[in-house]
Amino acid sequence: MSMKIRKIAVNIEETHREIGREISPATRKAVAVAVIENPYAGVYQEDLSELMEMGAELGGLLGDKCVEALGISPSDAESYGKSVMVGENGELEHAAAILHPKLGAPLRKAVEKGAALVASSKKMGSPGQVLDVPLGHKDAAYVRSHFDGIEVRLNDAPRANELMVAVAVTDSGRPLPRVGGLTHEDAKGEDGLR
Amino acid sequence: MPDIILRKLVTSVEEIYHEGGPVADTPIKRASILAIIENPFAGRYEEDIQGFMEDLKPLGLDMSKRLVQMLGGADQIQGYGKGAIIGEAGELEHGALWHAPGGYAMRDQLANSNAIVPSTKKVAGVGARLDVPITHVNASYVRSHFDAMEVGINDAPRANEMALVLVMSTGPRVHSRSGGLEASQIKGEDGLR
Repeated sequence: MSMKIRKIAVNIEETHREIGREISPATRKAVAVAVIENPYAGVYQEDLSELMEMGAELGGLLGDKCVEALGISPSDAESYGKSVMVGENGELEHAAAILHPKLGAPLRKAVEKGAALVASSKKMGSPGQVLDVPLGHKDAAYVRSHFDGIEVRLNDAPRANELMVAVAVTDSGRPLPRVGGLTHEDAKGEDGLR
Repeated sequence: MPDIILRKLVTSVEEIYHEGGPVADTPIKRASILAIIENPFAGRYEEDIQGFMEDLKPLGLDMSKRLVQMLGGADQIQGYGKGAIIGEAGELEHGALWHAPGGYAMRDQLANSNAIVPSTKKVAGVGARLDVPITHVNASYVRSHFDAMEVGINDAPRANEMALVLVMSTGPRVHSRSGGLEASQIKGEDGLR
């Protein structure tokens, strides 16, 4: 398999204040995105296994990029998410092939554990369009403070024959969580739910 | 003068491998940092604003150091630029306060940085994007290094805020081939050639 990467971008958001209140320590979210050539642009391809292998490679690569950019040890990651935006000559199923079969295992390795389902989104889009990557707690999907999202966009991607693949990792939940539910501290993290 | 009230820092690093042409041996990198701060002059006309430039200096230095670190050290930096997005309760002039503290924060970190730091600014709403110009750090006419980086964040600047921006790059456009002054030909004395 030869994956052609045109570009990688890594973004970090640190929130130090919100609505007049100090957030200490600041909440931090990272999103890493790779722009790759879509080998099946413009053609119907029945067997999408090549894209699945690319997903495996990108899960590790982008997960590691996020953890490295946050400057944390993998076990300190708290939530994650994944998304793909497909350029107009592709199809939504290409995004599914990248995201669902194989991307998760290497991503979980990058963040250590990861018992919970990795929240995901996908869409077709054009250069400059926004991709909203959902975020959920990595070990217990019901942790309410960690339901969040991060926006990513690149003005020059995805071109028609490209795929934009994003992985997001945080070391924290929302800045001022106060809608109750299961907390990070009370989560067992065994069944991926609670 | 008021202290800096920082709400958010947003960083971005791009590694550019190719743009349809030969794949670069070492990817070109571009990085940006945005500081979302309260605009102390929002909502009124204030005649005397220059003291805020002094207040911005430590923030500028911190942002500049982060950029240098993100790109692998001062000796890697070949291009730079700066900008500001002022929330709607402010005025364009408030963004102009960033020129000196933002520019010199970067030039202080770089050994040979005789070129003026290119810049842009605007008043805009939450989620606005800004195309920040980039030029060579030591000679403004180096054509291969004319570039720009789009920055912005979905939740800023709010009306009473401003987003202050610094950007740096480690090289020319990835497939630069439009002629003009090359980085290898510069004298590096007057900041232009």
